[in-house]
Amino acid sequence: MKADLVIIGGGPAGMSAAVAAYDAGIRDIIILERDKSLGGILRQCIHNGFGLHRFKEELTGPEYAYRYELQVRERNIPFKLNTMVLDITPSKVVTAMNSEDGLFTIEAKAIILAMGCRERPKGALNICGRRPAGIFTAGTAQKFVNMNGYMPGKKVVILGSGDIGLIMARRMTLEGAEVKAVCELMPYSGGLARNIEQCLNDFSIPLMLSHTVVEIHGKERVTGVTIAKVDERRKPIPKTKQYIECDTLLLSVGLLPENELTKSANIILDRITGGAVVDQNRQTEIEGIFACGNVLHVHDLVDYVSEEAEIAGKAAAAFINGKHANDKSLKLVTDGKVRYTVPQCITACADVTVYFRVADVYRDVRIVVRDGDKVLVNKKKQKVAPGEMETVTLTKEMIEGVSTDTLSFSIEA
Amino acid sequence: MYDIAIIGAGVVGGMIADTLAKYDLKLCILEKESDVAMGATRANSAIVHAGFDAAEGSLKARMNVRGSEMMKDVTTRLGVKYNNNEALVVGFEHERDEVKAIYERGLANGVKGLKFLESEELHALEPHLNKDLTCALLATTSAIVCPYELCLAAVGNAMDNGAELMLDFEVSAIDKNGDAYTVKAADGRTVETKYIINSAGVYSDKVAAMTGDADFTITPRRGEYMLLDKECGNFTQRTIFHTPTKMGKGILVSPTVDGNLLLGPTATDIDDKDDTSTTAEGFATIFAKASDNVADIPFNKVITSFCGLRATGSTHDFIIKEKDGVVTLGGIESPGLSSAPAIAEYVEEILGGINALGAKKTSYKAERRPAHYFRELSMAEKNEIIKKNPAYGKIVCRCEGITEGEIVEALTTNPAAHDLDGVKRRTRSGMGRCQGGFCSPTVVELIAREHGIPFESVTKFGKGSIINYGKTKGDN
Repeated sequence: MKADLVIIGGGPAGMSAAVAAYDAGIRDIIILERDKSLGGILRQCIHNGFGLHRFKEELTGPEYAYRYELQVRERNIPFKLNTMVLDITPSKVVTAMNSEDGLFTIEAKAIILAMGCRERPKGALNICGRRPAGIFTAGTAQKFVNMNGYMPGKKVVILGSGDIGLIMARRMTLEGAEVKAVCELMPYSGGLARNIEQCLNDFSIPLMLSHTVVEIHGKERVTGVTIAKVDERRKPIPKTKQYIECDTLLLSVGLLPENELTKSANIILDRITGGAVVDQNRQTEIEGIFACGNVLHVHDLVDYVSEEAEIAGKAAAAFINGKHANDKSLKLVTDGKVRYTVPQCITACADVTVYFRVADVYRDVRIVVRDGDKVLVNKKKQKVAPGEMETVTLTKEMIEGVSTDTLSFSIEA
Repeated sequence: MYDIAIIGAGVVGGMIADTLAKYDLKLCILEKESDVAMGATRANSAIVHAGFDAAEGSLKARMNVRGSEMMKDVTTRLGVKYNNNEALVVGFEHERDEVKAIYERGLANGVKGLKFLESEELHALEPHLNKDLTCALLATTSAIVCPYELCLAAVGNAMDNGAELMLDFEVSAIDKNGDAYTVKAADGRTVETKYIINSAGVYSDKVAAMTGDADFTITPRRGEYMLLDKECGNFTQRTIFHTPTKMGKGILVSPTVDGNLLLGPTATDIDDKDDTSTTAEGFATIFAKASDNVADIPFNKVITSFCGLRATGSTHDFIIKEKDGVVTLGGIESPGLSSAPAIAEYVEEILGGINALGAKKTSYKAERRPAHYFRELSMAEKNEIIKKNPAYGKIVCRCEGITEGEIVEALTTNPAAHDLDGVKRRTRSGMGRCQGGFCSPTVVELIAREHGIPFESVTKFGKGSIINYGKTKGDN
């Protein structure tokens, strides 16, 4: 099989990229989706709050996904469901498998990686105790509750204040469970401020900052957890240990871009984002392989995923049509307070919005972009936090005028 | 009336069942847990030791050397992965004499393929070793095998040849009536049998006491492990031991047959025969000791940690004895896995000696299809299977690439899985880097469907390990 464009993943990123590529004139597209319908993780995100930027209204996850699914269907863009991509090569051969076609390969002119992310599991945390039933990542619990219609717990402690954890605190409460606490290792939450307000404060669920779970109790099912405050080196302080009786521990301790396929194509990954290193077109170091959405870096809002995927979709179309200018070569570097940027490099003179996250909570600061000593951007912010993605837009003129080969991003007083 | 009841379905009980299944006997295996391989077999170092550790002349040494020789054929016959990856016992300069002593003991035990290595040869073989290590013993016959995979295959093969497996059968009393025994379970079930094999692991002393034997005790020795992502599976090619201490072989670093990197075990004697919890001290010990041997281990790639209990016997050697038709196996700690085929052969010899075995079956089938055969097939072969059964085209566990067809097989072939962890041990579904985050709801659905039980009745590992409490409000 051959195709102009293979899109791996039919979630918000994949669908949005497909629509953008189609609208830019590409017709020979195929979306490969591992689940039984399009929509990706949005299918289980039945809460609202999606689409405020894109559609200026509050949609649920499935509603947001369905808007894009309609766009895919209106254009008759082909997709294969229940189809798992097993391998991609640097020469853009995609190997996939499903029940109808068996194992098959597609030779692609361009590939867009849109596989999303996964949750960090418990094993990575080295929490002591046995391994009883009742320990779930927040997303797994969300699937049990929202997709299967079953309750995986009644008395719940949540470790980590990532957005899915916060959403599940509310969801479990609404379903009659008692959420006893949300413990967060860091002195600040990793989730959106609006989720802390609407999912915890509105339900009087305590958010315990600088706290972690040090031990899990129970043999068959969780019977409780021991939590403790941590010092500034994030080490538990023994005398602050306290026992909380519960039958469930939910984990919301980080999302990891799912880049096994990217690695199989030998594409270099950014150590901090966990996604590919890309240019402003979201093209990886391999020409014709693009990445967008949570597989590239974890986003706060699906609206930004759609936006980024459109960039990748358009760029893939331009690549397939042989219209791909490379008239600049800039590296984006960060000062550590800015943890990373996406894109990590700029290869053409055009307007570019740079997305980034900061390493800690900083107040009354300026976001500064410099070309050598020359300040290009100097943007005041009352507060920046790791849980909220920031953006800076660089104009075509700014980029054209850059005299060095790097742009440095920093947070300054 | 059974001819033989085997108490305990670990790797030792399993290998014995497989060995005895070729006789025309009515055989049952009694297991207190909801699955086989739930004791020491579930969580150990997964090494087929060459045989240089045990004291010269001990039963351990004899069984280890023989078991290690048999292992390749046994695993081939049962379709179990086996990798002769070799081992190194490494030492710092001040430990040179001890490494030498192990080398000499290995020779005395009759271990083949041993070689003493100097620093240069050692570091050329394994570039990630701590540069301060100056000598090592190379054991070329050392291998790795997955212990629960071997146990599952052995029990499965015994069952395919007629043996019965009774799960959740916790032996609470054994009564002798004339020439036979009545084995009672805690839940009231009973089994009548002519002969008993006690392969109850850490509980073998308790079971022995029920047969009137109070000669030995078992102290569980806790061993904690950490398992790293498959990205790290090639970090060392060989199993790296440090020169051993009284408490065991120390913290090893080893690839697994499935391509992960395993670190551990710690060694702490405890009282509770059931306490498989991991500890902060355990993690700290593994970090420190593993780093003595291998430099720059990527500890941030840990995907899970777990704890197993070795059945350390009061005699410090394997106990294998027969009295009044009861064969007792006690203190089968390390190298129990390596010795299991030899122990089974020895038990067969003992039972033959008391005329307990009789004639061999004509219908015995020795070979077993590998549990993981599907993933080894070529693209064309896989497509043949998918055409016949579309479930093999549907990936359920994305991290390990496990299909619905393979999971259904695990739920329907001997010994069938009944719970989430059972599916995991048989297929590796949920064993990858996401640790079941994505696939477990689907696997729960498949278990419910194949066993015809309600979704909320599916457990993680039997008994009270429930996963879901019931329906949500809207679904009631």
